[in-house]
Amino acid sequence: MHIPDGFLDAKTALTTGVLAAAGLGVALRRVRETLPPQRLPLLGLAAAFIFVAQMLNFPVGGGTSGHLVGGALAAILLGPAAAVVALGAVIILQCLLFNDGGVTALGANLFNMAVVTPITAWLVFQPLTRFIGRRTAVALAAWSSIVLAAIICAGELAWSGRVAWRLVLPAMGGIHALIGLGEAFITTLVLGAIAAARPELLEANAPIRRREVIGWGLLVALGVVLFIAPFACPWPDGLEKVAARLGFEHHAANMLHAPLSDYAVPGLKSEKLGTILAGIIGTLAVFVLAWATVRLVGRKNAEN
Amino acid sequence: MNPEFIDRYSRLDSPVHKLPVGSKIVAALVLVLGVALWPAVPWQLFGAVGALLLALMLLSQIPPRFLLRRLLIAEPFALSIAALALFQPGGWHIFLVMLTKSTLCLAAMILLTATTPFTDLLAALRRARIPVVFVTTLALLYRYLFVLADESSRMRRARLSRSFAEHRAHQWRALATVAGQLFIRASGRAERIFAAMSARGWEQK
Repeated sequence: MHIPDGFLDAKTALTTGVLAAAGLGVALRRVRETLPPQRLPLLGLAAAFIFVAQMLNFPVGGGTSGHLVGGALAAILLGPAAAVVALGAVIILQCLLFNDGGVTALGANLFNMAVVTPITAWLVFQPLTRFIGRRTAVALAAWSSIVLAAIICAGELAWSGRVAWRLVLPAMGGIHALIGLGEAFITTLVLGAIAAARPELLEANAPIRRREVIGWGLLVALGVVLFIAPFACPWPDGLEKVAARLGFEHHAANMLHAPLSDYAVPGLKSEKLGTILAGIIGTLAVFVLAWATVRLVGRKNAEN
Repeated sequence: MNPEFIDRYSRLDSPVHKLPVGSKIVAALVLVLGVALWPAVPWQLFGAVGALLLALMLLSQIPPRFLLRRLLIAEPFALSIAALALFQPGGWHIFLVMLTKSTLCLAAMILLTATTPFTDLLAALRRARIPVVFVTTLALLYRYLFVLADESSRMRRARLSRSFAEHRAHQWRALATVAGQLFIRASGRAERIFAAMSARGWEQK
């Protein structure tokens, strides 16, 4: 899922950069506020652990093997803020030392793998673990975190106008639906092993404020709205399809010859902007609703 | 994992190595941003950038095979995504442009990281006012990456020498136990590191 240089255009690189900086910034502030100093070295060690755990090859059969991505594992072991910091360090080291993932795509890679993956896993795991048991919740959290990050990654590639959504979605989504299965299995097994040997390590995280939950949710939702929503509406057939084809051909030519392609299908562009705006408003509305519900329920519980 | 692979040639004494770290980083960033994000790049410019990078690589006295190997390791993902573009109209152009861009950027970054010790990069990040917590995390990650990798391969060797070809399900369980143990040991190590840091006067700023 590491996007190289040259695959994202300026607007996508900038947008993902801002989102990633926001995520890392918030995570660092939370870590400084809540993490006791004696746990600070654990961030670096946990990052090294994730890095090394990614190199363990789990045999799948037919000569192939799967390996851990680690977002869900980090989130459940460390809590959301610390997981974002540790995974962020891993992504940056991979970019600087192993040239895994490009510099202009660093924002996108950080957002997809260091923010979306752990936060999604944590948002899925936290409520589900009370209802359906720890193991199932871990598995679901790991799977959905991988798949959502992959689909957002596909959206970023498509938004950059390099690869069409209808090609990149099935490719990324399909492969990562399978990778997600491996991730779910491995994460469940590893957490099981830790819970059997040292259960207290899983209980050591600082309590999390409701405001933080909403903030993290909003950040991931913003990613969904920006990178997935514009494509999620099915494209009308016929005329629209032809226009899209022409649009792509225009774009292909523009990348080499035209100075700046401002005129390329203006109707399509504003329509996309409209969709994004509608999406942002919708997300905000949902979150206001969710927040109000949480507050009401919380107050009732406190009274009882 | 071979730690030699990373900082192997970063302390040579060539003109490229001697350039100030800050200006090297800025130059690499300008080049990468320009090549990757400029919407309409003429092929002549790609050629010029390629020639410049090639000249710098020769100047750096690093064996070309080392640089080439690092380039090839990073290439497969770029290739697979770029190949998707072949299935759409005008795909060949997009395919070639994307692949050229990503290869040039990769070469620039490999040149930067192969001629600069990682500790110098960390110091530059620190000067760029990246928060201390984050730079410390990066430094600890770099320092203990190889220690944990060694620990992991020792556990793997121990397991292999005590068990025969087992069923795949057992292998998964055993590997998961290795990973779990790795985390338990890492967190114990983190506590000892904190004690050692405190004993040497470390304070959180």
